[in-house]
Amino acid sequence: MAGRISDEIIEYVGILAQLELSGDEKEQAKEDMEKLLNYIDKLGELDTEGIEPMSHVFPVKNVFRQDQVTNGDAREEILQNAPQKKDGAFKVPKTVE
Amino acid sequence: MAKQYETVIGLEVHVELATKTKIFCGCSTAFGGAPNTHTCPVCTGMPGALPVLNKKVVELAVAVGLATNCKIHQYCKFDRKNYFYPDNPQNYQISQLYLPVCYEGGIEIDTPSGRKTIGIHEIHMEEDAGKLIHDEWEDCSLVDYNRSGVPLIEIVSEPDMRSAEEVIAYLDKLRLIIQYLGASDCKLQEGSMRADVNLSVREAGSSTLGTRTEMKNLNSFKAIARAIEGERARQIELLEEGKAVLQETRRWDDNKEYSYPMRSKEDAHDYRYFPDPDLVPVEISDEWLEEIRSRQPELRTEKLERYKKEFDIPDYDAEILTGSKRLADIFEETTALCRKPKKVSNWLMGETLRLLKEEAMEPEELHFSSEHLAKLILMTEEGVINQTVAKEVFEKVFREDIDPEAYVEEKGLKTVNDEGELRKTVEQVIRDNPQSVSDYKGGKAKALGFLVGQTMKAMKGKADPGMVNRLLKELLS
Repeated sequence: MAGRISDEIIEYVGILAQLELSGDEKEQAKEDMEKLLNYIDKLGELDTEGIEPMSHVFPVKNVFRQDQVTNGDAREEILQNAPQKKDGAFKVPKTVE
Repeated sequence: MAKQYETVIGLEVHVELATKTKIFCGCSTAFGGAPNTHTCPVCTGMPGALPVLNKKVVELAVAVGLATNCKIHQYCKFDRKNYFYPDNPQNYQISQLYLPVCYEGGIEIDTPSGRKTIGIHEIHMEEDAGKLIHDEWEDCSLVDYNRSGVPLIEIVSEPDMRSAEEVIAYLDKLRLIIQYLGASDCKLQEGSMRADVNLSVREAGSSTLGTRTEMKNLNSFKAIARAIEGERARQIELLEEGKAVLQETRRWDDNKEYSYPMRSKEDAHDYRYFPDPDLVPVEISDEWLEEIRSRQPELRTEKLERYKKEFDIPDYDAEILTGSKRLADIFEETTALCRKPKKVSNWLMGETLRLLKEEAMEPEELHFSSEHLAKLILMTEEGVINQTVAKEVFEKVFREDIDPEAYVEEKGLKTVNDEGELRKTVEQVIRDNPQSVSDYKGGKAKALGFLVGQTMKAMKGKADPGMVNRLLKELLS
C-alpha cells in the first residue's frame, strides 16, 4: 500500500518531533515511513492470537536500586553539559506557560 | 425558571513520595538544595544514562493503593510520555499508561447528605520535572533539575465529586491516609501534594457529561474551593449565553480569583506513549504483596477505635487527635513515656491547639519532642511546678522545644514546697491586708481569693495554690 503518509502527516510528525524539514527531506521521510508501515503490515500477516505484547527482548524483570543516596553534588560537572548556564542553572530561551 | 446545573468534578492528585532518593537514580530528594546540586546524568537526561528503579517507590505506591482499596497490577511497566519542554531534560517523562500499578479503588467521604464513595480510576508511578525560574533581567529561563526524577504517584479519581466541599473532603481523607502510611508529608504549599481539577457542568438530571476543563496551580484547599466556584460560574455563563465550553487547560490565579487558558506545553496533546525500553517490567509476587500488606500501619479508623477502647479520653478528643498523624504520634509517644493519657490529651487539645491557631500553623508542623511534653506533665503532676508556671513553660516547649526540667531549674520556677517559708509570706500578706482579712472574717468568702492572689504574687507565682489556700484558712480561723 502506498500513499498512506500524506503531506499533512509529515507536517504533523515534524511538529511533534520539533524538526524543520526541507521539501526534499519531507519527500525522503515520506518514502521511509511508507517502508516502515509496509514492514509492519508484513508482521500483521502473522497469527498473534493469545500472544502477550512484548516490551523487552530479554526475559528480565525486577531490577531495583535500594533507596540510598549514592550521588553527591556534581553540579560543576553536570553544568559542563549546558550550552549556556547562569547562577548554577541551565540557561534556556524564555519559556512562558 | 432558571436552569439548574450540576457540577461534575474529577481530580488528578500528584503526591511526592517520601523516599530518600529519586525514582531512577541515587540523587537526594531533599527539599531546598542550591540549584542543580542534586543532579546526575540520569536525572538530567544525558544520552546513554540508564535509569534503575527505586524499590521503595513501588512499595509506597502499592501501600497507597492497598489503603485506598485498589486492585494491584502485579505485572506492571513504565512508558515514555513524549513532550518537549525545558523542565523535562529527556524530552519524555517516564510514567505508566498501559499498566498502572494500582487501579479500580475508592475511598469513602462524609458529606452533608451522608457517606459517599469516590472512585479511584488508577494510581501510577512517574517522575517529577525540573523547576523553571523566569529571569527578570535577561530574556531567558533558568532550569534547576533538583526536582527532576523525584518520585511521584498520580492518583486519578473518577468524576464522582459534585461540589467544592466534596473535593475538599476527598483530598483531606486522601492526605490523611497517605500521611498515616508515611508515604508523603502531603504539603500543598511546598508542592508535595498537588491537585489538578477536571470540571464540567451539565443540566441537572442529564446523564451525559459536559465538556471539561482542567485547572492547574492550586496550592491550598482554599484556592481549590475558590477555583471550583469560579470555574463553575464561568462555564454556566458560557452555556447560558449559548456558547460552548472549550476543552483546555487553565491556570488559576488565586490573587485575581480568575483562571486563564494556558499556552499548552505543545500544540497537540499527542504524547506518543510507548513502553520504556530502558526499564524492565516489575512483577509484584504474591509474597511481596503480602509483605507490603503486612507492614501496613494502623490507619485512622482503626486508630480511632483503639483510642476509644484503650484510653480514658472523650470520643471528641480521640477524633481530633487521630485527625492528624502528627498529633496522634505525639499523643502516643508522650503517653508511653508518662502513662497519663488524659493529661496528654488535655495538653494537646488545649494549649497545643490554641497555640497552633494563634500561629496559623498546621499540626504537621509541630516540632517539640514528646520527651519534653512528658517531662512537663510529670513535673506538674508531682507538684514541682504549678499549672500557671506549666503553661508558661509549655509555650517555650512549643516554640523552642526547650527541656522543661533545665528551664525550670535555670529560671527558678519550682513551686516552693517549704511550708515554713510559705507560712512567713502568708503571715506578711495577712498583716498587709487588714481590710480583706476583716471582710473574710465577716463572711465574704471572695476576700480569700484576693489573699491567695496576693500571696501568689509575693511568691512570684511559684507557690502551690492548694497549700496557700490551706495555710490562709488555718491562720485566719
